[in-house]
Amino acid sequence: MDNNLKVRFKISYPGFVLDVNLDVPGHGITALFGHSGSGKTTCLRAVAGLERAPGGYLKVKDEVWQDDSRGIFLPTHRRALGYVFQEASLFSHLSVRDNLNYGLKRSKAKAQGICFEQAVEWLDIAALLDRRPEHLSGGERQRIAIARALLSRPRLLLFDEPLAALDLKRKAEILPYLERLHDHLDIPMLYVSHSPDEVARLADHLVLLADGKVVATGPLQETLARIDLPATFADDAGVVIDAVIGEHDDNDYLSRLDFAGGAIYVSRQAQAVGCRLRCRIHARDVSLNLERSDSSSILNIIGARVIAVADTDNPANVLVRLDAAGTPLLARITRRSLHNLALEPGMMLWAQIKAVALFD
Amino acid sequence: MLSEADIAALLLTLKVAGIATVLLLIFGTPIAWWLVRTPSRWKGVVNTLVALPLVLPPTVLGFYLLVLMGPNGAVGHLTVELGLGTLPFTFGGVIVASVLYSLPFVVQPLQTAFAAIGERPLEVAATLRAGPLDTFFSVVVPLARPGFMTATVLGFAHTVGEFGVVLMVGGNIPVKTRVVSVQIYNHVEAMEYGQAHWLAACLLAFSFVVLLLLYGLNPKQGRR
Repeated sequence: MDNNLKVRFKISYPGFVLDVNLDVPGHGITALFGHSGSGKTTCLRAVAGLERAPGGYLKVKDEVWQDDSRGIFLPTHRRALGYVFQEASLFSHLSVRDNLNYGLKRSKAKAQGICFEQAVEWLDIAALLDRRPEHLSGGERQRIAIARALLSRPRLLLFDEPLAALDLKRKAEILPYLERLHDHLDIPMLYVSHSPDEVARLADHLVLLADGKVVATGPLQETLARIDLPATFADDAGVVIDAVIGEHDDNDYLSRLDFAGGAIYVSRQAQAVGCRLRCRIHARDVSLNLERSDSSSILNIIGARVIAVADTDNPANVLVRLDAAGTPLLARITRRSLHNLALEPGMMLWAQIKAVALFD
Repeated sequence: MLSEADIAALLLTLKVAGIATVLLLIFGTPIAWWLVRTPSRWKGVVNTLVALPLVLPPTVLGFYLLVLMGPNGAVGHLTVELGLGTLPFTFGGVIVASVLYSLPFVVQPLQTAFAAIGERPLEVAATLRAGPLDTFFSVVVPLARPGFMTATVLGFAHTVGEFGVVLMVGGNIPVKTRVVSVQIYNHVEAMEYGQAHWLAACLLAFSFVVLLLLYGLNPKQGRR
């Protein structure tokens, strides 16, 4: 059975054309990443049927939602989707409980999905059920909007920058809930964002959009490590590594994280040995050494092979793509160091990792 | 004190205004919704037609209705064909005239309320599987509640206060078309100032209470 999402839209506006042709995996979180004006929200709205893309084609797993060549266009309310808007979208005339029930009552009875109690528990909103939306914080509203979308029993969840209107603290408050959905739900999610942090933390797949076109698409790890893309992440360039906690060292307050290409030490983590963790290594935090130096204060030194070198926005710097036994790494070094070390593809060297950002 | 004829006029007025208000809401709601949502180029024309009673002298509106609904008018032909007879100088005629005369007082507050809702709640409802009609009753109507209250009160009060249109279309027939405003006119014509005072005071008190309800019980609307 077909398990993918096929998306083919072409929408012309004055001065802007969205032209996408995508094959998105039917599981996990696919991030649509791009700067404002790249067309990512328009694309998401077209998937929801809120924006009309004449001549478009959209298939969600085995259901065709739009195929204009055959005259098929399901209106939004006939599409089994959940949509979380950027800003507060709760109905102000209904209590939190009635907001949640709005979609639940209208979802097809035979559709499978989580029950009311489960959604309330997952998003931790039991204490808010009898409140009115105007008496909630921005973060609380978004949690309820997410629970409401889940309760409409969607086959596809769409997020339009759900955290963009929140401050840093509120963002940090919501992210764990999104991760929980990711771990527990078997529903594909499209997540529009312009925040590299959110994408690195949540996504499994990445679609890069620029000026209405798809620049790159693929699994997150691989796509983030591509250095041929025109400075999409700029200063935020880096890789994401999915690791497992291998050991705790309570003498030095460290934990060892194991991954395909080796191991890195980070400060002591609360989770048990065997837990999965995602971490992010910025290219700017990786330096290169031709010899293994034991006299350095840097703890994490990994053997890697040079794959390729590319220019960055700043002509003084270059980006080096490395391969550590199958795990891609990126290092940002100066052009002078590139020449001094005479780096070339195929060379073996040591990557010194100064900092690791952990997502728990 | 109020005579029997005065009380009959009062009751008739309330009946006319009550029925007209119900009809105004039934017809005014879809018109207002269409005017807010349509991309049609006829929007401007319909908007103007709805607003015309605001500027026309009631006698002009009444005159045209009289001609249209009379035995030689287009509407008159139709009502005769349907076996309803002609509408001028009947209770039905007064209702039709009242509805047309008070239409802008119902359509315009609804239009404002509908426009204030914006696109987002409608989109949210659609993503939660609500069809257009479902969305209208479960989201638009409750969100536009203050607008419906204003429209109801204004429609009712304005119908109670009409004079010229009723006189032109309905005439001055006791119990059938003689409403309070016409009855006051009769009293004054007959130099019965005492009687006129009583009725006029009734209307004054009524209008005051209605407007007090509108502004007092609807604080959200008052703040805007």
